[in-house]
Amino acid sequence: MTTTTELETRNPAPRQDNLDPALFGQTPSQTVGPYFHYGLPWKGGADLVGQSEMGARPDLLPPEHYVLGTSNQSGTPQGEVIVVAGCVYDGNHAPIPDAMIEIWQANAAGRYASADDRREDAALDPHFTGFGRASTDADGVYRFRTIRPGRVPGPGNTLQAPHLAVSVFGRGLLKRLPTRLYFADGEGNDLDPILNLVPAERRGTLIAQRRPDGTWWLDIVLQGENETVFFDL
Amino acid sequence: MSLILPYSREDAGSPPSLSPDYRSTVLRSPRQPALIVPQTLTETTGPSDAWPKLMGATMTDLTAQHKGEPQGQRIVVTGRVLDEQGRPVPNTVVEIWQANAAGRYIHAKDDWPAPLDPNFTGAGRVFTDAEGRYRYVTIRPGAYPWGNHKNAWRPAHIHLSLLGPAFATRLVTQMYFPDDPLIEIDPIANAVPMPYRQRMVARFDIGITVPNWALGYHFDIVLRGRDQTPFEDDHDDDH
Repeated sequence: MTTTTELETRNPAPRQDNLDPALFGQTPSQTVGPYFHYGLPWKGGADLVGQSEMGARPDLLPPEHYVLGTSNQSGTPQGEVIVVAGCVYDGNHAPIPDAMIEIWQANAAGRYASADDRREDAALDPHFTGFGRASTDADGVYRFRTIRPGRVPGPGNTLQAPHLAVSVFGRGLLKRLPTRLYFADGEGNDLDPILNLVPAERRGTLIAQRRPDGTWWLDIVLQGENETVFFDL
Repeated sequence: MSLILPYSREDAGSPPSLSPDYRSTVLRSPRQPALIVPQTLTETTGPSDAWPKLMGATMTDLTAQHKGEPQGQRIVVTGRVLDEQGRPVPNTVVEIWQANAAGRYIHAKDDWPAPLDPNFTGAGRVFTDAEGRYRYVTIRPGAYPWGNHKNAWRPAHIHLSLLGPAFATRLVTQMYFPDDPLIEIDPIANAVPMPYRQRMVARFDIGITVPNWALGYHFDIVLRGRDQTPFEDDHDDDH
């Protein structure tokens, strides 16, 4: 006989689902889809230097439904302020206006603002976190304002050239595509341990070029001619 | 020099970039194989500690962001963020976005004829506690049609975005609801092979339900883990 207490706590039989011990492992990746703009890219997310609305797309939602807040940049970080930008293209070389780009980078001294970077020979910058997020605009262009990063250690005794870690998300991308952005005049590009794993003829897809207006420009090509090198890491 | 303890690579449940039944992948997936690279300090670090400074406070109740209550079935979703060794991932951000009860997104590009809800945006943000737990309140999203093929319908789902501790652990996924027949015929969910697809299906749990108020679902999220136990002794790092 069933008591009332048992009824209160009675659960359906377990299905094969996220709690099945036999299935325990990485939660699979899924696309961000085309409608992430009210949920992910906050105002200022693409501005790692000052206070602005860079990165967000308020044009894609009613203003009363913008709830993501604004970045709380506390002060000006040390180092050379740079703008990095580029266009994201699909396999038909059409710009992708619903992509999202994220960056992760060291500060000007080559230190990551992370508990997992325990080096004490490179100083943290209280005004620099090194993480940014940008929607592409209606023309498929992403744009960050940030600090030119310093060099960080690589495998063994190597030193990496200045670089940004880059993630590409979008409708049609079932998982993020990781890549990197290097600088055409970057110290140590020729000896960089990651860049040297890239076939020489494709290295250029990771190297931003300086435009006359000073912007560091790197297109991200998802497919086809000049396809960006993406990583399995 | 610094010791690098790499995170594991993606496992058998990871979808391919190209899955032609999901048509948008055809022109947006690379044709060259991904280049296998070692993880460096760049990939094993991440901004997890700085998240509140970057974006601000949590938004744990998606039903309380406007003047009135949104339409639909109120639900509680809770669970833990874990690594592959089953260890909790504390203090990490989970970003949430979803359609409303009628299956409509508050987005200029979503124009199918289902009603918008002025009291529902559908964006949230939670942080895990020391045991990796999170919890938020929302309404159950509706299914909706999309343009992938004639008469295509997405199963009800909640979008989730996690950073985890490092660049290597970044994850964007979708949570599905139990017993939804649309999952089995959805090209996006089906890009993940069985049985791993079921990792994205939440469990109804009467213990999470709030009497006279909200239904409850349990969803644990598992991020890439480190193959070894991290060294507890940091003193070797300074030579």
